[in-house]
Amino acid sequence: MSIYIDEEKCIGCGRCHEVCPGTLIKIDENKKAYIKYPKDCWGCTSCLKECPKNAIRFYLGADIGGKGSLVHTEKSDGLVHWIVERPDGSTTTIDINPKESNKY
Amino acid sequence: MKTEKIKTDLLIIGGGAAGCYAALTAAKKGELQILICEKANIKRSGCLAAGVNALNAYITEGRTPQDYVDYAKKDADGIVRDDLLYTISERFNEVTAHLEKLGLVILKDENGKYVTRGNRNIKINGENIKPILADAVKQAKNVKVLNRVNIIDFSVHNNRIDGAYGIGIENDTFYAIEAKAVIIATGGASGLYRPNNPGFSRHKMWYPPFNTGAGFAMGILHGAEMTTFEMRFIALRCKDTIAPTGTLAQGVQAKQVNSLGEVYETKYGLTTSERVYGTVTENLEGRGPCFLRTEGISDAQEESLLKAYLNMAPSQTLRWIENSTPAHENVEIESTEPYIVGGHTASGYWVDTKRATTIEGLYAAGDVAGGCPQKYVTGALAEGEIAADAAVEFIAGEGSTSELPENEVVDHFDEVSKFLQPKKGLYTTEQLEEAMQTVMDNYAGGIRTNYRFNETGLDVAEKKIHKLQELTDHLAANDLQEVMYIYELRERLVVCLSVIAHLRARKETRWHSFAENLDYPEKDNVNWKKYVNSKLENGVIKTFTRELTAEGQKTYEHLH
Repeated sequence: MSIYIDEEKCIGCGRCHEVCPGTLIKIDENKKAYIKYPKDCWGCTSCLKECPKNAIRFYLGADIGGKGSLVHTEKSDGLVHWIVERPDGSTTTIDINPKESNKY
Repeated sequence: MKTEKIKTDLLIIGGGAAGCYAALTAAKKGELQILICEKANIKRSGCLAAGVNALNAYITEGRTPQDYVDYAKKDADGIVRDDLLYTISERFNEVTAHLEKLGLVILKDENGKYVTRGNRNIKINGENIKPILADAVKQAKNVKVLNRVNIIDFSVHNNRIDGAYGIGIENDTFYAIEAKAVIIATGGASGLYRPNNPGFSRHKMWYPPFNTGAGFAMGILHGAEMTTFEMRFIALRCKDTIAPTGTLAQGVQAKQVNSLGEVYETKYGLTTSERVYGTVTENLEGRGPCFLRTEGISDAQEESLLKAYLNMAPSQTLRWIENSTPAHENVEIESTEPYIVGGHTASGYWVDTKRATTIEGLYAAGDVAGGCPQKYVTGALAEGEIAADAAVEFIAGEGSTSELPENEVVDHFDEVSKFLQPKKGLYTTEQLEEAMQTVMDNYAGGIRTNYRFNETGLDVAEKKIHKLQELTDHLAANDLQEVMYIYELRERLVVCLSVIAHLRARKETRWHSFAENLDYPEKDNVNWKKYVNSKLENGVIKTFTRELTAEGQKTYEHLH
């Protein structure tokens, strides 16, 4: 389990660094976020929900059956859009309304 | 490395659910100075970082707190503290109402009543439960939060705590903190045993990999009495993603089935340990892999499941999207490595009903507090509240803080500095951690042996863990974050020794899988309807037994 940070999109705001429960994300000398300890990621996705530029994606490691898809979140109209991008370029989006409770 | 000395009234170690709620409670009680030391950031630290799917401990209409006590007691086959369980159960609904006031979304019916899920659960959107708690803490004016400060030791004199030492893992600072009272709320221990996937995804585990048992270890080393470390917790989870199964079992009534399609859960029983044991046994007897039967659920049910998992364990939703969705394919399940966690099973500090530990001035709340399983979120909050009330009362009778002895401050500073040397020993912290996990896996009932162990194996484990403890003296670190990793390893090794001692002490098998003692494969109600407790004496963990609390009649109160 780990995350991938898109260097082009990262603005070095440090919010992901601030929330990571494992203190795993650092900011380098070029003001870009990077994950220093990828094997120590719990997969909580706090960082990607925090990122204002949608620069962080998470994926499943190959050892736990990952197939190379990347997930990120975008927020608009009071919804959180979870967007899964597959290696073939196709996507699936699931919208979550944070004001709605889980059905289960 | 610079040194900062701090004085406070109440020090709270760990800003997870219990620690944050303890701070909120104490802040309401007047002008106390309260300090939370959190090794991550309280916004997303502890068990609730990713969110939580439901509130699993709530007294629904027509039920009573005693019903909850009875449920938890049955699940643990009697080895619980009725007095502790009762004190959290009677607070579940009050802390839930407070959470809703703070902003948690809870599902209500047309009459404004909470919608229940099963007998004890209510439905929520818990994705942001931790930011909600953290915001409330930030608004409390007399609470100071030190994020990225990891506490490495208590300061205890004549069995009275007077402060703690810590390291600022990102500001190169050594902290010496004086306090009139301390609440320990560091959570339980993961990472003692080799995990399901020890490679790249080693931290994709049930329990937070950052909960290292620090609170247990610091207490053990200062002679605190501990209880029930032999009741390990093993979770039954979705294969690979280690995502929750309860949402499938309770949400869409998915049954556990083996490879022949037979429902096997009824064969073994429905307690938490029996569900694990049943799955282990089906696999051992050649009827694995095992699944939760979700095939055939409706599209609407499937959509709700995909959303529910995004709010607590997004990896499972990704898994479904990358492969096949639950309406079309049953969800494979597996059991995890064992954890030591007082919120689900009963391991932890031996406390009284005020959550006072046997060290004067030290209170325990949440997963470090023993005797009181099935706490879940609301129980952790309730214990934070109880511990804070008691600590505030204790502080009222105290004068000033007592200064930490300078020689001890220097000793702790020097110990941290010693690890910061550039010299490189042969082994790294990571290598020794893997060695510890391998030892526990092989000899102390890990996944490798299907959670089974015997005394000979435990003796081997103990010797090897002692050897690893010696090797940690030679570890080196480049910065204070890596120094923290050394302390975490050392803490885990102490917890391992306690687990080994407890597993050896209970000469029966009361809970399959959780404590499967091959030398004593049967349950023994004549001799072992007792608590196994322990205490470090002259460097050795000594175990002994205590009588069970009789229902609602007997309590254990400490007299300091």
